[in-house]
Amino acid sequence: MSLLKSRTGILVMIGIIVSLFVPVFVANKFYIDILSLILFSAFLGQSWNILGGYAGQFSFGGVIFFGTGAYASSILLTTFGIDPWIGIFAAIAAGALAGLFIGFISFRYGLRGSYFALITLAFSEVFRVIANSVEFTGGGVGIFIEHAPGIKNLQFTDPAGYYYMALVMVIISLAIAFWLERSRFGAYLIAIRENEDAAEALGVNAFRCKIYAIMITGAMGGAAGTFYAQKYLYIDPPIAYSIGMSVEMLLVTIVGGMGTVFGPLIGSFVLHTVNEVARHFIDTPGLSLIVYGVILVAIIGFLPNGLIGLFKSQKKQTGGKSDA
Amino acid sequence: MLEVKGLCKSFGGVAAVNTVDLSVDEGQIVSLIGPNGAGKTTTFAMVAGFVAPDAGSVTFEKQNITGFKPHRICDRGVVRTFQVTQPFATLSTLENIMVGAYHRTANRQAAEERARAVAEQVGMKALLDQAAEGLTVAGRKRLELARALATGPKLLLLDEVMAGLNPTEIDEIVTVIKGIRDSGVTIFLIEHVMKAVMNLSDFAYVLNDGVLIAAGTPTKIASDSNVIEAYLGHGAAERMTGEVAAGA
Amino acid sequence: MLAMNISMMPAAVLNGLMFGAIYALVALGLTLIYGVLHIINFAHGAMLMLALYATFYLFKFAGIDPYLALIIVIPGSYIFGYALYRWGIGKLSHGKDQNILLITLGLSIIFENAAQFFFTADQQTISLSYSYDSFDLGFVYLSYPKVISFVASLVICLMLWWLMATTDLGKAIRAVAKERQGARLVGINVENIYAITYGIGIACLGAAGCLLLPSFYVDPYTGNIFVIVAFTIVVLGGMGSIVGALVGGFIIGITESLGGLFLGESLGQIGISLIFILILVFRPTGLFGAKQ
Repeated sequence: MSLLKSRTGILVMIGIIVSLFVPVFVANKFYIDILSLILFSAFLGQSWNILGGYAGQFSFGGVIFFGTGAYASSILLTTFGIDPWIGIFAAIAAGALAGLFIGFISFRYGLRGSYFALITLAFSEVFRVIANSVEFTGGGVGIFIEHAPGIKNLQFTDPAGYYYMALVMVIISLAIAFWLERSRFGAYLIAIRENEDAAEALGVNAFRCKIYAIMITGAMGGAAGTFYAQKYLYIDPPIAYSIGMSVEMLLVTIVGGMGTVFGPLIGSFVLHTVNEVARHFIDTPGLSLIVYGVILVAIIGFLPNGLIGLFKSQKKQTGGKSDA
Repeated sequence: MLEVKGLCKSFGGVAAVNTVDLSVDEGQIVSLIGPNGAGKTTTFAMVAGFVAPDAGSVTFEKQNITGFKPHRICDRGVVRTFQVTQPFATLSTLENIMVGAYHRTANRQAAEERARAVAEQVGMKALLDQAAEGLTVAGRKRLELARALATGPKLLLLDEVMAGLNPTEIDEIVTVIKGIRDSGVTIFLIEHVMKAVMNLSDFAYVLNDGVLIAAGTPTKIASDSNVIEAYLGHGAAERMTGEVAAGA
Repeated sequence: MLAMNISMMPAAVLNGLMFGAIYALVALGLTLIYGVLHIINFAHGAMLMLALYATFYLFKFAGIDPYLALIIVIPGSYIFGYALYRWGIGKLSHGKDQNILLITLGLSIIFENAAQFFFTADQQTISLSYSYDSFDLGFVYLSYPKVISFVASLVICLMLWWLMATTDLGKAIRAVAKERQGARLVGINVENIYAITYGIGIACLGAAGCLLLPSFYVDPYTGNIFVIVAFTIVVLGGMGSIVGALVGGFIIGITESLGGLFLGESLGQIGISLIFILILVFRPTGLFGAKQ
C-alpha cells in the first residue's frame, strides 16, 4: 500500500511540475486556452463530485452556485468597485450560502435520489428567472465587466494567466478531495451515499453532513463563477444558470469516475479532447454534444465506475479503494 | 438502564406495537422474542429513533430519548443493527467498521486501530480487506455487529443477528455476544432462534400481535404454556423444554 | 392596468384550460412510466420534441394533416418507446434508478443535438387552412386547433384510463406496478410489461406532439419547456396517478396563463418551478397520491 501511495504521490508531483511548465513549452495559445478550459471544467466537476460522487446526492442544478458566485463578484466589482481578489471570497461565501439554502430545504424534508435531482433543477430555473427579473443583476441585459488586464483584476492578456489560475483552483480541488478520502467527514459522506439509514444508526448526522457537503460544493462553484466572469467579462442569466453547465459538471465526473480524487480531471480531459477532435473534423453545432450524450450512456452502461475504473478494477478485488 | 413505557405505534390503523412496557438492566443480555409480525423490529426502531412512537416514552440512563434522531441516540450510547443487513456495499469490511469507529475519534489512525481491534473481537480479522458486498450472510451479520460495537455503545440492540446462520455459525456468534457482554456492554436482542436465546439471555420478553404476553427468565418463559400454545404452535412446549435441558 | 387584467381573466383561464389538456397528456406519459417502472424519464421533453418534428415533417413532405397524423405518430412513438426501453434503457441501467435518470439525461442530450444537427436550430411552425378560424364565445375567441386538441386530449386520457382499468393488459401493468416480484411469480413477463408501459408513455407524447404543433412551434429545445412543467404536474397530481395528471395539467395550465397575465412573461415562468419545489417539499405524494 505504501508503495502505491508514494507512487501516486510521485505521479501527482510530476503532474504538477509538468503542468507548471506547459505554458513555457507550448507556444500555441490556442492549446493553452483549451487546457484552461479543461482545468476549469475539472474544477467544476470536482465541486459536483463532493456532493454527487462522495455523498451520493445527484444534483442537476450545480450551476446555481457557479452563477451565484459569478454574480456576487461581478456586482461587487461593477457596482461597488471591489476588486475580484476580494470578490472571489464573496463569491465563495455566496455559493456556500446558496448551498446552505437549497440543502436546508431539500434535505430537511428528506428529498433523495431523483427527487433531489429534480428539485435542484427547479431551483436553477428559479434562480435564472429571478436573475432575469431583478435590477441589481442587470436583468436580461447582464453585466459587462470592464476589460482591465492585470493580476489585480484577475484578468490576463496572456492565456497562460488564466491557465495558471485554473491550475491553482484544480490543485486546491484535488487537495479537498484528497482530504475527504482521508478524513472522518469524507468517510461519513461515503457512508451516507452507500446507506443513509445505516450511517444514521452509527451516529452519523446525515442531515448536517449533507449540508456541509453542499456548502463545499457551493463554495467551489462560487469561485468558478468569479473565474468565468473575469475571463469572459460578461455574465447574463442564461449563462449564469444554464442547464448545460449543470450537465457538464456531472458528465465529466461520471465519465472520469464518481467519488474519486482524479475522476473529474480525467473526465474533463477526455471529454474536451474528444470534443476538440470532433470539432476539427466536423464543425457543426450539436455534434460534440451528441458525442457527449453517447459517452454518458455508454459509460453508465458499460463502465459504471468511470474511466478511472479501468485502472482500479484490479485493486477493487484486493480491498479498499480509499487507500488509493 | 433502558426503560420503555406505554410504547404504541400503528400503521394505517393497525396497531403494530400496543402499550409495551419493558426494561433492560445494565450488564444483562435481554431478549425480545415473538413470531413474525409481532412488532419486535418496530419496537427496536422506536427505541433507536428510526420510527417515532405514537405514544409512550423511551428512557435511557434516566434521560428521556423519545423521538430523538438515530444519530443522537447513538451519541447517548444506544446502537442498533439491522435485521436485513445494511452494509456500505462498495466499502471494505475495515472501512465499514471504521465508520462506526469514527464515532469515538476523528483521527483516521485511531479509528483504523479501533476498527481492527473490533474486527478481531468479532472474528472478522481475515475479512478486513474484502468488499462488504462480497461477504456471506454470516459475514454480513458479523459486520453489522462489528460496526455497531465500534461506536463504543453502552447498550447494543441486535435485530436477529442469528437468523439465516447455520448451527456452527450460531455457536460462534453466541460466544462473540457473550464476550461483548463480558466487556461491559449491555445487550438487548430480538431473536427467532430459540435455542440460542435460551442459552444466552438473562431475561426475556415475549411479544405477540404488538402486545407483551410474558416476561421472565428463559426457563420461566419456556415453561409458560400460554406463550407456547398461543404462538409457537402445538408441540413446541416439549421441543423447547427438551432443548433447554440439553443446553443446560 | 389591473382592471384590464381582471377583465381578461376568463379568457386566460379558458386558454389555460386548453393548454392544460395537452400538458396533461405529456404528464400522463411521465406519470404512467413513473407509476409502473418507478423511474424518472428525463428524456420526456426531448421525446416530445421528436414527436413534434415527426408531425411537422409528415405535414411538410407528405401533406398529412397533424390530426390525421395521430394514427401514424402514436403507433410510431409506441414502437420507438418500446424498442428504446427493451433494448436500450432497460439493459444499460442495470436496474439502478439513478442510472436510468442519467441514461435518460444522456438520451435527451443526444436527441436534442441530433435534432439540431439534422433539422437546424430554427423554429418551425405549420399553418393549416383552419388555423385562424375560431369559435366566438362572446368574451373570448377559441381557435379551432386549441379546441380540437383539448377535446382529443380528453378522449385520449379517457382511452388510457379505460385501457388501464378494464383490459387484461391494464391489469398486468397494474400488477407489475404494485408487486413486481409477485407479478413475475404468476408468470407475467415483467421486462416486457416495462417496455410496453414505456411505449405507451411515449405514445402519449406522440399524441401530444400532433395536437400541440398546430398551435405551437418546434425547435430542438421545445421539449425543455415541458420538462419541468410535466414533472410539476406529475408531482402535483401524485406520482403514478392518471386522474392526478389530468387535474394537475389543468391547474398548471391555468396557473401559467394567469401567472403570465399578472406577473408578466419573464416572472410568470417562475410560478411553475416554485409550485414544483413547494410540492416536493411539503406534499411529495401530490394531491392524489396515496400517503406512504
